[in-house]
Amino acid sequence: MTAPLIVGVGPAGIRAAQTLVAAGLRPQVVDEAPASGGQIYRQPLQPDGRSAQALYGSEAGKAVDLHRTFDGVLGKIDYYPNALLWNLRDGQADLAIAGRAKRIAYDGLILATGATDRILPVPGWTLPGVYTLGGSQVALKAQGCAIGRKVVFCGTGPLLYLVAWQYWKAGVTVAAVLDTAPASAKLALVRGLTLAPAIVLRGLKFGFDLKRAGVPIYSGVEALRFGGTARVEGISWRAGGREHHLLCDGIGYGLSLRPETQVADLAGCAFRFSARDRAFVPQKDAAGRSSVAGVYLAGDGAGIAGADAAERAGERAALALLQDRAFPVDTARCAALESDLAKIEKIRDMLEAAFPFPAHWAATLPDDLTLCRCEDVSVGSVRQAVQAFGLTEMNRLKAVTRTGMGRCQGRMCGAAVAEVLAGACGREVAAVGRLRGQAPVKPVPLTLEAAE
Amino acid sequence: MSGRLSVDVAIIGGGLAGSSAALALRGMGISVALFDKGFCGAQASGVNYGGVRRQGRPPEQLPLAARAAGVWTRLRGLIGIDGEYERSGHLKLAQTEADMAALEAYAETVSGYGLDLQLMGGAALRKRFPWIGDGMVGGSYCPSDGHANPRLVATAFPAAARRAGAQVFEQTAVVGVTRQADGFWLETATNLRVRAGIVLNTAGAWAAPFAESFGEPLPLSRIYPSMIVTEPLPPLMDVNIGMEGGAIYARQVARGNCVIGGERGLVLADPDFSRPSSDGARAIMNRAARFFPALQHAHAIRFWTGTEGATPDKNPIIGFSTTTPGLIHAFGFTGAGFQITPGVGEVLAELVRDGHSPTPITAFSPARFRPARSPASPGLTGAQDQNNQQKSEQREGFPS
Repeated sequence: MTAPLIVGVGPAGIRAAQTLVAAGLRPQVVDEAPASGGQIYRQPLQPDGRSAQALYGSEAGKAVDLHRTFDGVLGKIDYYPNALLWNLRDGQADLAIAGRAKRIAYDGLILATGATDRILPVPGWTLPGVYTLGGSQVALKAQGCAIGRKVVFCGTGPLLYLVAWQYWKAGVTVAAVLDTAPASAKLALVRGLTLAPAIVLRGLKFGFDLKRAGVPIYSGVEALRFGGTARVEGISWRAGGREHHLLCDGIGYGLSLRPETQVADLAGCAFRFSARDRAFVPQKDAAGRSSVAGVYLAGDGAGIAGADAAERAGERAALALLQDRAFPVDTARCAALESDLAKIEKIRDMLEAAFPFPAHWAATLPDDLTLCRCEDVSVGSVRQAVQAFGLTEMNRLKAVTRTGMGRCQGRMCGAAVAEVLAGACGREVAAVGRLRGQAPVKPVPLTLEAAE
Repeated sequence: MSGRLSVDVAIIGGGLAGSSAALALRGMGISVALFDKGFCGAQASGVNYGGVRRQGRPPEQLPLAARAAGVWTRLRGLIGIDGEYERSGHLKLAQTEADMAALEAYAETVSGYGLDLQLMGGAALRKRFPWIGDGMVGGSYCPSDGHANPRLVATAFPAAARRAGAQVFEQTAVVGVTRQADGFWLETATNLRVRAGIVLNTAGAWAAPFAESFGEPLPLSRIYPSMIVTEPLPPLMDVNIGMEGGAIYARQVARGNCVIGGERGLVLADPDFSRPSSDGARAIMNRAARFFPALQHAHAIRFWTGTEGATPDKNPIIGFSTTTPGLIHAFGFTGAGFQITPGVGEVLAELVRDGHSPTPITAFSPARFRPARSPASPGLTGAQDQNNQQKSEQREGFPS
């Protein structure tokens, strides 16, 4: 029998692998990174003497456990690190590994593809020195370097305070934290205290620590602009009815996360619009079964729910695969995981209320702002095309304007393009649809050598 | 939109043939309703490679291609944009002596059609196009050919038709057409009933059922041309490249991306959709890196395929229905429609207005596919059919 394939070894992929191995299967595991952990528990590229506590803070225990778990199954799986899965069809996955093509057959697919930062462009967002929040975190965790000497973190989402805190902990000057959510939104956290005290208290601790350290924190931040010529030199914003300016040499920016769904698309999964994520996500049931038999979804790639949910969803999806193959499965465990996941969904609703996405920004973006940086398409040219051709749909917009046609295929700009299109044609963001995923999922070398 | 509508001409299919016909008809003051089951220009017209080439076409297509060439030079005036049309020239490469002999024979055959083909041997080729890798025996260059951006052109034609007064209905599938005493009646999936004196069947890969419903079975299969696109690269390819034998075709757009085609996509369970095959895409990529050494370190960032109607003799079906007065077909461009369809629109408008066109199109008559027992149409004998078949074999794999 052909082995199942797990895509991604963050918390979801690791738990899925562990579960399948425990049942006696030998899964194949593909991951773009050189080591396990995903984004949240990413390991340093080289051991550099930093402790797990220094790297992962309060989550060090979880990180160490996951890394050890994965190391423990290494002999019982076929593991392809540094491997890009760039196409998928009919039980065959195409990988690119160090410039070589490799095709692997699979029977059963667990997608744990994770998420990337969600952004709306703001003036100056393409200047060198501007990073996403997730990118800032990867630089610190994996490479042991900071994105600047005097850094401002801005945007919204739980990652905003976490990354700012991690930078401060690492000894970097955090010049300010700018939260686009209004202060009133944080009332949701107070209500969340009963729902998820540990999570809320941990988040509040980041804020308190930063404040005590003298880091200014602003809420209700509007009209963000990143200034500079050759690279970022400062940041301006409006808050509390006043204009603010600050000099800095690094900016971490992000508005929560967006699911990475291209592989699910290639696998033929049906999608639905998630109002909470303001994104189309692959449909799944409580166990993680997609609309396609034998394809399972776990983790942030199927809807943003965080690392703790990802661990449980990875295990549950693997158990669903086992159930569907008539393996004996602990049904009480399945029920407990589903119950946990349902609870985390509620926490997620609370967090989204505390860190709302500033969708109203889309209408205020200046016409000359770069929207799709791969293809150098401005906000104004998108609006013009919408007017000229009566466009109302993402793929038509792509065809006419090139947005989402470049190296990132809309992974980075897609959420913003959808907002701008929706605003320009007067529709809800759900109504403008989504860019259809296509191979290659990411750029592949022309000289990809023959498949083995 | 539901309700009723009465027009002179109803057009089924908003690709380049249909939308350019709509625009031309409006220029004649004729009322038009254009229907597309999805978005106009979103199928083969908008997702093809973008070659604007006459070189390589069989002689019987060249008068129509010349007609279309005139449209391409007037594009901005017609549709408001240049569609990234560049008269870059089209260079067809020969890998072997036999390929070169075929290019020479072709040049001889079409010498009267004004293509001004320039044949060159390997040394001349290397001197003039140093970015082409070693190993080519020679090539044939057509200076007046070029390339354009199908996504833009196929979107701008229906938009221009709309501005000119055509009623354009997108996401409005025509689900039935009948001919009654007072003209054609079209039924749409949106419950619109349309009466029209004349119907143009320009439904591309979806056209055969409409013909069939009028007792006219026409042989239409589907092909799925497959392409890859590189990341933007410094300017390199200053001509549109074809290759005798069809291994590859390539062009570079102003943005810097190289668009490289070849091979076929894989059809999905719903035959309206296809995806590039991994092996096919890799084959195209590897050939590109071999033929154009500067691409050896480039990345492919995007693949695509599209659905296109194809005929057995690889010539389109253009002309009056053999069964139904007032019904005109124009489809089956077999991977080579992008250059000629803007000219087809003008020809169709003439057929509507005058009943004939000065541009010769008898070779494309639907009558050529009538069963053998039916009387053959004048000017198209079995011997010519066979001749066409042989020529089309030589042209295998040269989508425009």
